[in-house]
Amino acid sequence: MNNLIEIRWHGRGGQGAKTASLLLADAAFNTGKYIQGFPEYGPERMGAPITAYNRISDKPITIHSNIYEPDYVVVVDDTLLESVPVTAGLKTTGAIVINTTKSPEYLKKVLNGYEGAIYTIDARKVSEEALGKYFPNTPMLAAIVKVTGIMTDEELLADMQNSFKHKFAKKPEVIDGNMKALELALKEVKKI
Amino acid sequence: MSIRERLSGNEATAIAMKQINPDVVAAFPITPSTEIPQYFSTFVSNGEVDTEFVAVESEHSAMSATIGASAAGSRAMTATSANGLSLMWEMIYIASSLRLPIVMALVNRAVSGPLNIHNDHSDAMGVRDAGWIMLFSENNQEAYDNMLMAHRIAENKNVLLPVMICQDGFITSHSIENIQLESDEEVKKFVGEYKPEHYLLNNKEPIAIGPLDLQAYLFEHKAQQAEAMKNAKKVIKEVAEEFEKWTGRKYEFFEKYKLDDAEIAIVCMNSTAGTTKAVVDVLREKGVKAGLLKLRMFRPFPAEEIAEALSNLKAVAILDKADSLNGAGGALFEDVTSAMYVNNKSVPMINYIYGIGGRDTTEKQIESVYSDLQEIVKNGKTENPYRYLGLRKGEN
Repeated sequence: MNNLIEIRWHGRGGQGAKTASLLLADAAFNTGKYIQGFPEYGPERMGAPITAYNRISDKPITIHSNIYEPDYVVVVDDTLLESVPVTAGLKTTGAIVINTTKSPEYLKKVLNGYEGAIYTIDARKVSEEALGKYFPNTPMLAAIVKVTGIMTDEELLADMQNSFKHKFAKKPEVIDGNMKALELALKEVKKI
Repeated sequence: MSIRERLSGNEATAIAMKQINPDVVAAFPITPSTEIPQYFSTFVSNGEVDTEFVAVESEHSAMSATIGASAAGSRAMTATSANGLSLMWEMIYIASSLRLPIVMALVNRAVSGPLNIHNDHSDAMGVRDAGWIMLFSENNQEAYDNMLMAHRIAENKNVLLPVMICQDGFITSHSIENIQLESDEEVKKFVGEYKPEHYLLNNKEPIAIGPLDLQAYLFEHKAQQAEAMKNAKKVIKEVAEEFEKWTGRKYEFFEKYKLDDAEIAIVCMNSTAGTTKAVVDVLREKGVKAGLLKLRMFRPFPAEEIAEALSNLKAVAILDKADSLNGAGGALFEDVTSAMYVNNKSVPMINYIYGIGGRDTTEKQIESVYSDLQEIVKNGKTENPYRYLGLRKGEN
């Protein structure tokens, strides 16, 4: 069995897709996995489409190329759906996870008949409820963990509590909000 | 006891530099190596190292300041990429000809123009004849490990040459991966204290460094540099053996991956070797006798050893991530084929220029190289030995 999981992230500059991919790598690393987390560097600027990648495996990973046939795709911004071929190469045995409130009919149409599983989450609602601001990366991190089953909900929450303690050492007031965003997102992500 | 971590190649290099704790680091930022001096300057500000950090105004000055510091008798380091290295070019030759054991991290990137900030090896290939020892690294682990070995090689009195530790820009410099780090104390013990024999700030032995050197002497001094480069082979081997005893991680002039019984093989450097390993594994499952020779030590060039390692193959592809633009193959191809000829080994060899300006190198591309090699073996003829890999058709 090939135990390698490959994930591609689509977002816009400034939304934290790269950060989310690095946080996912961190969390998987902490459960004992071999990981890669890397963005596709271009002329980054706020709002421009960006791509980031994760490889997660029980064995050492030697491949150093972008990911063309991912097991999973995460779309952090649904305005990309009509301009970026987000399902390109996506395995039908895998799934796509989209931050959206759009209808299943619309999604099926813009995903060019993708036959694998489609999951959605309203990361804006989750983030605004938990943090009072729109930071989609934390809910999307929880959503992809839930969909892939890379680790259990409890493992994710325990690990992220620890990560946030370091990441937000200078603004501890946002830790609870981010933890709440993760918890909510784990419940909110739905298959359509 | 090594420490399990996850770091980017740049972070790993900066941490190696922190553990080495050099006397002087002089650097100017240039993508993708920028993060190395950036992280290092944080260590300086936090008092985690004793280093004098010199934020210079250009790479020419970065290398000049590093040369000055090294000539004065201190352990000096720097980091750069691409056009930063180009701007250092004059001083790169000064550093090696003054026999200064400087260590530099080179995060490989295309030399412009037109403007490109992404990975290839054109920066390193531009200084391949400058008299620096050049070690290449497949991933963050090797970038870290090579850095820990660098000073021991450079400062050996039979060598006294600067060392360049190369890794692929963005592909490994900005990718987070697993790594095993060694403890600060163990690194300190392994790297040891720098005790130069001759240096400018020694008031008991007033010397001049780098004065006029005309017809009567320059030739002999160049021959001594070449001799030091030959001596480096033995030292690089010994340091790696000691490193293996300490960490368990084995380093040789090159890594032979499933090469001993292989019929077809690829020769390449840096991150592409990792992707090639994955392809070799898949081909081996299908019964194809594919192998890889991953070159770590590019300078000095292990000509005899490479010729020996490739002598029993039926066809070999040499991958160059920089084009020499001479219509006759890339630098690595020329070195390998020349090594074969001189050592009386005859194996069909082809060259691919690939990955230029950050063009992604995929498993499919590597697979296509192995199928080309199978064709050559089957048909018994090579045809065009100068090829491209990953170039869009009709645009060359």
